[in-house]
Amino acid sequence: MNSLEVTRLVAVKDLRIELRSRVLINQVLPFAAIVMVLFAFALDNDGILDRVAPGLIWLATLFSMLVVVQRSFAVEAGDGALDALRTAGVPAQGIYFGKAIALGLQLMVLEILLFGAAFVLYNSRIAAAAGIGLLITSALAASCGLGLVGTLYGGLTTGTKGRESLLPLLLLPVVAPVLIGATRATEAALGVGGISMREGWAWVALLVTYALLFGIGGSVAFGPLVDDGA
Amino acid sequence: METDPVVQLVDVVAVLDRFPALAGATLTVQRGEIVLLRGPNGAGKTTLLRLCAGLLPPTRGSAIVLGLDLSVHRQAVRSRVGLLGHSNGLYTDLTVSENVSFWGATVGASSDEIAAALDRMGLAARLSGVPVRKLSAGQRRRTALACLIARRAELWLLDEPHAGLDVAGRDELDTVLRAARAAGATMIVASHELDRAGALATRMVDVAGGQVRSAT
Repeated sequence: MNSLEVTRLVAVKDLRIELRSRVLINQVLPFAAIVMVLFAFALDNDGILDRVAPGLIWLATLFSMLVVVQRSFAVEAGDGALDALRTAGVPAQGIYFGKAIALGLQLMVLEILLFGAAFVLYNSRIAAAAGIGLLITSALAASCGLGLVGTLYGGLTTGTKGRESLLPLLLLPVVAPVLIGATRATEAALGVGGISMREGWAWVALLVTYALLFGIGGSVAFGPLVDDGA
Repeated sequence: METDPVVQLVDVVAVLDRFPALAGATLTVQRGEIVLLRGPNGAGKTTLLRLCAGLLPPTRGSAIVLGLDLSVHRQAVRSRVGLLGHSNGLYTDLTVSENVSFWGATVGASSDEIAAALDRMGLAARLSGVPVRKLSAGQRRRTALACLIARRAELWLLDEPHAGLDVAGRDELDTVLRAARAAGATMIVASHELDRAGALATRMVDVAGGQVRSAT
């Protein structure tokens, strides 16, 4: 079976498990919503909230992503399924991209909720019609990048002792470029922070580059990383 | 007598962390045989299974599995053998049939093949729609074996298959392994359960100090 078919198979399997277990709906989305509410309580100023909303949205995304990544690999490690996939000779690239797609799609659902929360709680508004395209494109690019890097580091830490604390320590510094790029692009789309639309698209280019780099690097590195534990 | 060797190991050395876990192992397994590996902990039984599964390269010697040289074609061997260790490799949130379908799909198995695998392990009727997390340990083992069948594993490598099962689960497992033997499956089983595994085996082999010492 080729990597493309394995990618589809693994992505569908991961999404089916999520639909069945409802961890995203019952745990991650409420957690993200609570984080947004707590930010509002902590800052308690409409002017400040409006200004920092893009950063808060993406910070909440990153924190929530940690839960989704850990869950994504917990289902593989629970009964040795990831080891079994590798020992069965299933192409590692297919596993990597399949899990990354499922993770990216879950992050997009999360981002829709977070943007909705920002519009309601922080009174954020899209500056102009052109901002809609920028917002959607930047969220797509950021989700791809986060899905790819999250899958790579999830695979790296799975099976290690103390993986719950190791994953944030390793992953959060690496996703800093996504936090910066996505926040700037969102600022441009929402018309805050003095970032122009043109600059916003430049930050989207950074997000796309990041996703491409981790897509290429991750597809090469994922197999040897998970094979060490097999 | 016509032979059809599935495993041919000649003087194989395999090194794990600079320790020779296999130190000149020689073993031939014919198609349709069920070989029981017996020996104390640390004798090299699991290493022998992992080598045959293509997870370890032979450092020295000749290792041919399913006609493929393990020094060169380990990835190809992996896709044709099934290794069942202490874990089952199942997704507990998915149903029995979803698990078997998933593993079958990794080799492009048809829906008929999936149904046949479920049927052969006695899972088709009552249990196919049950989530794996609701199954007993014995039923999970049966599901894992159905996954091996669905992905067309030509050689089954079972490492302590009775471990973690209660008496009913062990009886259940023995029943399906006997059925698999009757259907012509080729297996290498590492087990301390000599009574149970011995009753299933067509041949017993002693492993000690990383070598195959004797065969009966």
